[in-house]
Amino acid sequence: MDIQKAIMLNDKDNVATLLADVDKNNVVQVMVGGRLMEIRMQGKTQFGHKFAIRKINKGDNVIKYGVAIGQATHDIEEGQHVHVHNVESLRARGDLV
Amino acid sequence: MKISGYLRPDGSIGFRNHVAVLTSVGCANDLALKLGRMYPNVLLLTHRQGCSQLGADNDQTFRTLAGLGKNPNIAGVLVVGLGCETIPAEHLANEISKTKKMVEYLNFLDDEGLMAAIPKGARILEGMMHEASQMTRVPCGMEQLTLGLKCGLSDTTSGITSNPATGIVADMVIESGGRVIFSETPELIGAERIVGERAASREVEEKLYRMVKEFKERAKASDMDLQEANVAPGNIAGGITTIEEKSLGSIMKGGSKTLQGVLDYGEIPRGKGLFFMDGPGRTPEALTGLNAAGAQIIIFPTGGGSPGGSLISPVIKVTGNPQTAQRLRDHIDVDVSSVIRGEEPLEKAGEKIFQRLLKVADGELTKSETLGYGSIAVWNIGLLCG
Repeated sequence: MDIQKAIMLNDKDNVATLLADVDKNNVVQVMVGGRLMEIRMQGKTQFGHKFAIRKINKGDNVIKYGVAIGQATHDIEEGQHVHVHNVESLRARGDLV
Repeated sequence: MKISGYLRPDGSIGFRNHVAVLTSVGCANDLALKLGRMYPNVLLLTHRQGCSQLGADNDQTFRTLAGLGKNPNIAGVLVVGLGCETIPAEHLANEISKTKKMVEYLNFLDDEGLMAAIPKGARILEGMMHEASQMTRVPCGMEQLTLGLKCGLSDTTSGITSNPATGIVADMVIESGGRVIFSETPELIGAERIVGERAASREVEEKLYRMVKEFKERAKASDMDLQEANVAPGNIAGGITTIEEKSLGSIMKGGSKTLQGVLDYGEIPRGKGLFFMDGPGRTPEALTGLNAAGAQIIIFPTGGGSPGGSLISPVIKVTGNPQTAQRLRDHIDVDVSSVIRGEEPLEKAGEKIFQRLLKVADGELTKSETLGYGSIAVWNIGLLCG
């Protein structure tokens, strides 16, 4: 079995989490809904960090564990690092309980 | 699937068969320790509460201590007190007696002091140990299990391996008719709506939100800032982006089922399914609360290798961190770092933990049990008023 370098926690997710450090242009394999996808990394990204498995538009929810963990503050391309520079917490906006 | 346990008089099942000394107050610990020297196999449930407490704090301590005595893993319990404390040993013993198990009590200050109490306590314990030694396991189902969950010393691997893998086990236990309790109220901050939306009723949902709100207010009243909108620099370096993500990483250990109820700390739930219990994340208090709520076995995902155990129940340590699994192998029971290496999917890791759970229920000792690692700590929520 090929080594998979990223993990999807839920089939509804639009991000995957890296299981190893990767360099720009590395191809990462991840199982998405039973299908093995191959995604080219847009930049050097670390173990434990997230990347987009498809395009996420500014304003879209970032989905991990099947639920929204934040909102994109910029357009995010497939394979791009998803983190504090392009995501804001929905919770921190203070409009929820 | 069939497992086996000790049938208690009230119909509950224990997966261990302990005899214990439980102190009604911290000042009586010394008698427990002396008796413990004579009987090393007796559990010494000592703590620092039971006096000078008022109101809800006193009620919580009473409920928790009673819950510990009631835990089905305990075959018999000797409650020891002085006689002057706020929580009388007799009241505690009476409450625990509702389970119809062996319960006795001793107040040594009412009598002739500690020295006179030692032979009396020893005789009681000897009788209980003799009775317990004749008990044998009977076959039973998963519906007799209350599984407690606690995560600790979390790192980047926690939210992507050990916690979600444990969540798979939680779902399996509930599907088999059992009960699961997860806790740690501070870990819900930022994700309470996500859990609330899975509540069985609006009442349960509202109770959950109230519980989280009260925890935050209690911190604020003491001038402490839980920094709920912030994620620590260590988390950010590790890849956690938002407070929701951080909380979810922890909550994942509870699985995906409907939330049937919300419990006070140390409250024993009614019915089956998934429950949330109020409580702190600090390990000894968290494990004590789960045991008081009836958990006979606890699964404890950890990134950094937290050694914490419980005297009353097996605590199964799970890690997805390969360094921890190797370096702290004396504390780790199940290694799921194969997921991090991309060798196995989460489902397989979950299955591995579940199989270990069945063996532990049947009697296989966990690392923390072999080490005898554990202590009682009752969550104290009030000021000392005396």
